[in-house]
Amino acid sequence: MSLLSQVFLLIGAFFMFVAAVGIYRMPDLYMRLHTNTKSATFGVSFILLGAIVHFWDLAVTTRAIAIILFLFVTAPIAAHMIGRAAYIVGAPLWPGTLSDALKGMYDPTTHKLAETLLPEAAPNASDLTAPSADHPFSH
Amino acid sequence: MVLTLAFLLLAAAFGLAFIRMVRDPKRDHRLLTLDRVVALDLMSTLSIGLITLLAVAFNRPLMLDAAIVIALLAFLSTVAFARYLEKGKQ
Repeated sequence: MSLLSQVFLLIGAFFMFVAAVGIYRMPDLYMRLHTNTKSATFGVSFILLGAIVHFWDLAVTTRAIAIILFLFVTAPIAAHMIGRAAYIVGAPLWPGTLSDALKGMYDPTTHKLAETLLPEAAPNASDLTAPSADHPFSH
Repeated sequence: MVLTLAFLLLAAAFGLAFIRMVRDPKRDHRLLTLDRVVALDLMSTLSIGLITLLAVAFNRPLMLDAAIVIALLAFLSTVAFARYLEKGKQ
C-alpha cells in the first residue's frame, strides 16, 4: 500500500471522527447538521480518494468518483430538508446564536415567507450589526 | 498499522453517533426524532467509509458497490424522514 493512499485514508478517518465528535458535543440541532454535512462528506471523500490511489484501477476509480459526486450533490439537499423540518417543528436555537434571519419573516401556519420585513422584526435585523449588551459574546 | 488506526477512529465515531442516537432527553418527540435522523445519517456516511476501508484492507474492490447502494438509500431515507416529520403538524 502506497504512502499517499495511507495518508488519504488516515485524513479521511480523522475527519469522520471529528464529525462524530461534533454530533456528540454540539449543543444545537443545526450545528449538528453542519458537522454532519461538511466534515463527514469531506472525510468519506478522502477515504474514497485513498481507495482510488490504493487500487489504481479504472472500475474502482469510476465507482469512487460516482460516490463522491453523489455525496456532494445529495448531502446539502438532505441537510437543507432536515433543517427546514427542524425550523418548522420549532427546534430551539442555541442561546448564543448571533442571528436568525427567518425570525419574524416566516409564517408557521402557512409556511410562507413574508413579503417585506415585518415591523416587529426590525429590531432583530439591527441586532446583526450591533449586538445587545446582554449578549454572551459581547463582553 | 495505518489501517488499524483508521478502523479504530471509525469505530469510535460509530460509538459517538450511536450514543447520540440512543440518548433520550425528555423533549418533544419530533425534535428527538430529528436528532436521531441526523445521527443515523452520519452513521450511514460512516458505513460508506467503513466499507471502503474494508475494501482496501481485504483488497476486494467489489465491496464499493455496496457503498454505492448505501449512499443512495441513505439519501432517500433522510429525505423521507424529513418530509414526514415536516408534514406531521397538519
